[in-house]
Amino acid sequence: MNYRTKSLLKIALILILAAFLAYTLLYGIKIGPYKQAPLSKSIKLGLDLQGGVYVLLEAEPKPGQELNEEKMNSAVEVIRRRVDQLGVAEPLITRQGNTRIRVELPGVKDSQKALEIIGKTASLRFVGPDGTVILTGDNVRDARAIYGQANEPMVSLKLDDTGAKKFAEATKKYFEQPIAILLDEEVISAPVVKAVITNGEAVIEGLESIDRAAELAALIRGGALPVDLVQREVRTVGPTLGADSLAKSVAAGKIGVVLVILFMILYYRLPGFIADIALMIYVMIVLTVFIAIGATLTLPGIAGFILSIGMAVDANVLIFERFKEELRNGKTLRSAIDAGFNRAMLTIFDSNITTIIAAVVLFYFGSGPIKGFAVTLIIGILTSMFTAIVVTRVLLSNIIASKLFVNKKLFSA
Amino acid sequence: MKIYKIMERKYIWFFISLAIIFAGLISAAINGLNWGIDFTGGTILHYNMGQTYELSEVRKTLTDLNIKDFEAKKAGDDGNELIIRTVVLSKDEQSKITESLKNKFSKIELIRAEKVDAVIGSELRKQAIVALIIANILMLAYISFRFQFISGIAAVLALIHDVLIVISWYALFRVPIDSSVIAVILTVVGYSINDTIVVFDRIRENLKNAKKVSFNEIANISIAQTLARSINTSLTTLLTIIALNLFGGETIKDFTMALIIGIVSGTYSSIFIASPLWSIWRKDAKTA
Repeated sequence: MNYRTKSLLKIALILILAAFLAYTLLYGIKIGPYKQAPLSKSIKLGLDLQGGVYVLLEAEPKPGQELNEEKMNSAVEVIRRRVDQLGVAEPLITRQGNTRIRVELPGVKDSQKALEIIGKTASLRFVGPDGTVILTGDNVRDARAIYGQANEPMVSLKLDDTGAKKFAEATKKYFEQPIAILLDEEVISAPVVKAVITNGEAVIEGLESIDRAAELAALIRGGALPVDLVQREVRTVGPTLGADSLAKSVAAGKIGVVLVILFMILYYRLPGFIADIALMIYVMIVLTVFIAIGATLTLPGIAGFILSIGMAVDANVLIFERFKEELRNGKTLRSAIDAGFNRAMLTIFDSNITTIIAAVVLFYFGSGPIKGFAVTLIIGILTSMFTAIVVTRVLLSNIIASKLFVNKKLFSA
Repeated sequence: MKIYKIMERKYIWFFISLAIIFAGLISAAINGLNWGIDFTGGTILHYNMGQTYELSEVRKTLTDLNIKDFEAKKAGDDGNELIIRTVVLSKDEQSKITESLKNKFSKIELIRAEKVDAVIGSELRKQAIVALIIANILMLAYISFRFQFISGIAAVLALIHDVLIVISWYALFRVPIDSSVIAVILTVVGYSINDTIVVFDRIRENLKNAKKVSFNEIANISIAQTLARSINTSLTTLLTIIALNLFGGETIKDFTMALIIGIVSGTYSSIFIASPLWSIWRKDAKTA
């Protein structure tokens, strides 16, 4: 195989790979057990793009009490149960810092209802068979899953003094009758009273497993949560606005990309065209990485990505300007392109590192969409260094080696 | 290649920049900056009215509801959307506004609602400042390591220049500053340093080769050599971001506009501010 054929093969290989990548993104792919849905289905959209509710809750301890890990975790548990009632497909409930809980409910249409359900105060109540409320969560000090003497799982309850007094009366009144424990209007347990309890320490028996006991204990603890949850930040985006924002930003992105592509061809001719191929590969790699890391695309994220497309050709612009200089100095295409790449390399490296520094700081200090913006920026810079340096270089030097195009005018000299 | 006498006229560039920044700072001092609800706390209600409407009617509706502190503005491609910004409203107050507006504009639809506590705002402000300082220190360290301390200082001052220009834009045009300002500023900082380094790199390279020429001449030549690149890169970046600004929808208009200002400023400062600053301190240092 001669030198020319080899070069042409290399070019063909890159183009085939690029076509494969494009096909995967557009139509998805299935190889054996590995499956990848097309981009339009596999990329997660942020609340601002598909509509939904975002709430930042802050736990505030009741007077005389302190916040701790356990109380926070119970609070998260309570919120999770409430969100489950809403039937949201992919809710996101996470701790943020020591006192905050983030709740993200994508796709929720009735934001008013969602906010009410999340925002209501936990209402754990012990209710007698006749419907009278015996105790509320305020009276419950603790609830634990334990093993009884016969190694049977149960939940032990500790009540405060008022609670103990009320409970003593109730157990006398409803002896051998069930007392229902309700959390947010839902019966979580209805144990039958088997003894009059006066010391404020009761057990709930008859649980099928220790896991069930642990769950029940957590629910009771959660319902007795000695914290108030304040809504610090509430953002709701309607589904129409979300869809509108997505469609508009994607359309704007396409226009931007087409303009950049045209500019590169008009200004740099053949190398510009090569840079455009590299740019397309850049776009596809970045999108693939987004899918791979399960990134959630937000509006600022898309903006960052589109901005990065404009900046991605920077390395090529630097290289091509050097290349033109070298050509003007009378070098051959081959040595000019090598010199162009080598001389621009250090500059590209230095300038990109400093941008990455800014992006990393942005990631570290930002939250929510701003973090997303930083991530897209970092992925963009790293990928563009690869496509603008490696991909263009291989394509361009092989095109020159293949002697397909020899007219220097094509190289914008 | 045409070589412009950029270094010789440095005081003109400094004056232009300082004038803009000064105007911005004065405006900020007199009118204050227009902090958005992300920073001050407050409520934003964004409606699609489904018809053309008069802002005066909206204002009247809100005043009738006894809501005093608010801003209302038209939005959307056809001006059929309405954005109301107020202090923190309770759920009841919020639904009262929607109800009252519905009486006048039957097709109205609430498409976005945001409520932020003032606590979050003050934390955000602190975060923004800390992020900016740390980013600048790290970049200064990197440039000092790769070039020299003097050039690092010049580059960072050029960055601060860009940040101040962006802030001046927010101040002069009373653009609401929301949490995306951090992203704007750090992107601009990243972009601007990128630009500056390309020019500095060329100066450093030319300094090595030419011995008998003055720093100013080398700087002018280096700027001329990198000018096509500087212009082309900001052009491609601006093409994408202008497209976003024009066609990307209401919610990111301010965000993309700030980026445009910053990118233009970043390109300007890397040519007209950074290198002249480097030359001033170099002269004093002579041997460097």
